[in-house]
Amino acid sequence: MSDTHAESIPFVRETTIPQAAPPAAERGVYKWGRENLFATPGNALLTLLAIYVIYLVLSATLPWLLNGVWNAGSLSECREILAGTRGGCFAVLVDRWEQLFFGFKYPSDQLWRPTLTLVLFFVAVAPVLFFDLPRKLLAFTAVFPFLAYWLIWGGPILVPVMALIGVAVGYVVYSRLVTKSFAGGFFGGIAAAVVVWFLGGYVIDATTGPSAMLRSVPSRDLGGYMLNFMLGVTCVSLSVPIGIALALGRQSSMPLIKWLSVIFIEFIRGVPLITLLFVASVMLAYFFPPNSTVDLFLRVVIMITMFSSAYIAEVIRGGLAALPKGQYEAADSLGLDYAQAMRLIILPQALKISIPGIVNIAVGLFKDTTLVSVISMFDLVGMIRGPILASTDWNGVYWELLGFAALLFFVVCYGISQYSQWLERRLATDHR
Amino acid sequence: MKKSVIFGALTVAGLTAGAAAAATLDDVKARGTLNCGVTTGLVGFAAPDADGRWEGFDVAVCRAVAAAVLGDGDAVEFVPTTGKTRFTALASGEVDMLARNTTWTFSRDVDLKFTFIGVNYYDGQGFMVPKALGVSSAKDLDGATVCIQTGTTTELNLADFFRTNNISYEPVPVETNAEGQQQYLAGACDTYTTDASGLAATRATFEAPGDHILLPEIISKEPLGPLVRHGDDEWGDVVRWTLNALIAAEELGVTSANVAEIGASSTNPEVKRLLGTEGTLGEMMGLDADWAANAIAVNGNYGEIFADTIGEETPIGLARGLNAQWTNGGLLYAPPFR
Repeated sequence: MSDTHAESIPFVRETTIPQAAPPAAERGVYKWGRENLFATPGNALLTLLAIYVIYLVLSATLPWLLNGVWNAGSLSECREILAGTRGGCFAVLVDRWEQLFFGFKYPSDQLWRPTLTLVLFFVAVAPVLFFDLPRKLLAFTAVFPFLAYWLIWGGPILVPVMALIGVAVGYVVYSRLVTKSFAGGFFGGIAAAVVVWFLGGYVIDATTGPSAMLRSVPSRDLGGYMLNFMLGVTCVSLSVPIGIALALGRQSSMPLIKWLSVIFIEFIRGVPLITLLFVASVMLAYFFPPNSTVDLFLRVVIMITMFSSAYIAEVIRGGLAALPKGQYEAADSLGLDYAQAMRLIILPQALKISIPGIVNIAVGLFKDTTLVSVISMFDLVGMIRGPILASTDWNGVYWELLGFAALLFFVVCYGISQYSQWLERRLATDHR
Repeated sequence: MKKSVIFGALTVAGLTAGAAAAATLDDVKARGTLNCGVTTGLVGFAAPDADGRWEGFDVAVCRAVAAAVLGDGDAVEFVPTTGKTRFTALASGEVDMLARNTTWTFSRDVDLKFTFIGVNYYDGQGFMVPKALGVSSAKDLDGATVCIQTGTTTELNLADFFRTNNISYEPVPVETNAEGQQQYLAGACDTYTTDASGLAATRATFEAPGDHILLPEIISKEPLGPLVRHGDDEWGDVVRWTLNALIAAEELGVTSANVAEIGASSTNPEVKRLLGTEGTLGEMMGLDADWAANAIAVNGNYGEIFADTIGEETPIGLARGLNAQWTNGGLLYAPPFR
């Protein structure tokens, strides 16, 4: 441009206008609210309704939560402190937190043992859950079950050590034989482990003295949330491999194995869990001579594991059925035998498909562990329903205790669910 | 056919278990602890405290028996049982005795093959109503909604009572006492019925106990007592006479405070026989001479136990009523120690 027509043009802008903010109606909370909450009259109505419901819930619970009493010796003391105002009596949680977490009979000077076990559990489970971590951590995972047993139950250290040696020997035999045949390695390993355990039994009997490093705690002294957690972890980790075996067994071409698997799965799925628990606690006692019964905890673990493995087997069968036939044929065409084909090609894909189903069952199983309270084991719910509500101090406190139990279960179940979603994203290799 | 085979096998297994555990007294002595079946928790009768120590009216009986047999009231392994597992726990030998608020009935004694060794609490079914309802007798409850625990004898008693009085009611079934308590407070039913001791304990936990009254009618007999397996009379005698010793001790004025010296200082021969300073009563049962003294020393006599756990000074606040000594118009009457 030149100055030629400068006098004929009144004004020429020489700089750009600074960017102005969008109009008030088109920005920030206002815009978001208009688009998301009050887009149409119907939406506006629903929003107002929802806000009203939220208000109702909060106005009822918040004063109760905030006005709660945390320091009192009994319900009547709580009521004295509240003096007619609304408020929760959370003092029961303070007074009985040991019982809620560990049951009422675990020796209180030994509570560091289950606590340490829980911390170690997270260390042990981390490399299994997050496979980006160094693989060497898996060595600790292998040792953890034996360490946990010793920490929680105590007693002579030789028992878990012998068990560990048995498993180690079994693994060595397995890895020697597996190059020739999977079945040979599998059964050879189990046989070797059993031999070691059998011999180890004599060694333990011969050497066990009163000088146990950790005081022995019998199973019936376990309780509280610890019991739920132990049952949940043990049963889920045992039932996944058993479920895989059952699912494969059900698809097997060998009639005996196939029908055994089918009968097991259908029978266990057709019986309510609570029936199995009653059988474990009541009926089995008739079949053992007095004073030589199998540990109640073990009986319950066996029953819950059987129950959940039948369900997991069906979930995994769904995963197997979802694989295209071409995958099986591809494995065959590579010359892989059955065990190799399953381990290397079929199961990795089938299990990936089954993750949501398996997690669903794991969450359900974890909550089902509260059913053991009906066979007089004092898990978290059993502790609340039995000893705490039956004490003269705390009879009548319901919302606080059961709400706390719900919170504990929610934390774990939500964690499991979030992990499984992460796992699905991490493993997603298709549909991008 | 198949079923009868299974039941047959069960019976045989049960019988062998019973036979193997015949000499319970020797088993308990050899083991060094008494396995005593209790409830999983009932206010005042059995519940662990904040330190995990079992306490309560039924628990005191267990401790007394342990003290009589083993000389130590803490040598008890408490086995918590639910209403559903209690009888199998006893029948299978998992527990040596059951002190669990169990009503003594014909079929339990005869058909289930147990021996009730006495009564430690005479209970009966009662009604609780809000004062505002304006009812003063259970016979005024025509057309009322009643909260009732399903599957219990109280359900049957209730039906009988309303039928005999030719009045109607509408049941509101609940599963547990805790649920019944909540339903009643929420106004889901006009009246809540269960054992009178349970009603009193429940009412004691209310925010305003004074707004609720227990109606005077007691519509059933619920004699609660400890029980043992059929077929071991020696063991039954030990438990029976330990309970009798507690009851007789109250009558004779033996308390936990004076039990140590009254055996020597008393001039009453029955006190001397009871406490083992005279005669050989303990020896006859295969126990030490001071068995009863040990049993009384743990928690005191029957009256002391009652007062400490469920009596009028406790939050539960039960009056002695039928459970007073026969000399005070109650039903407690221990046979003579001779």
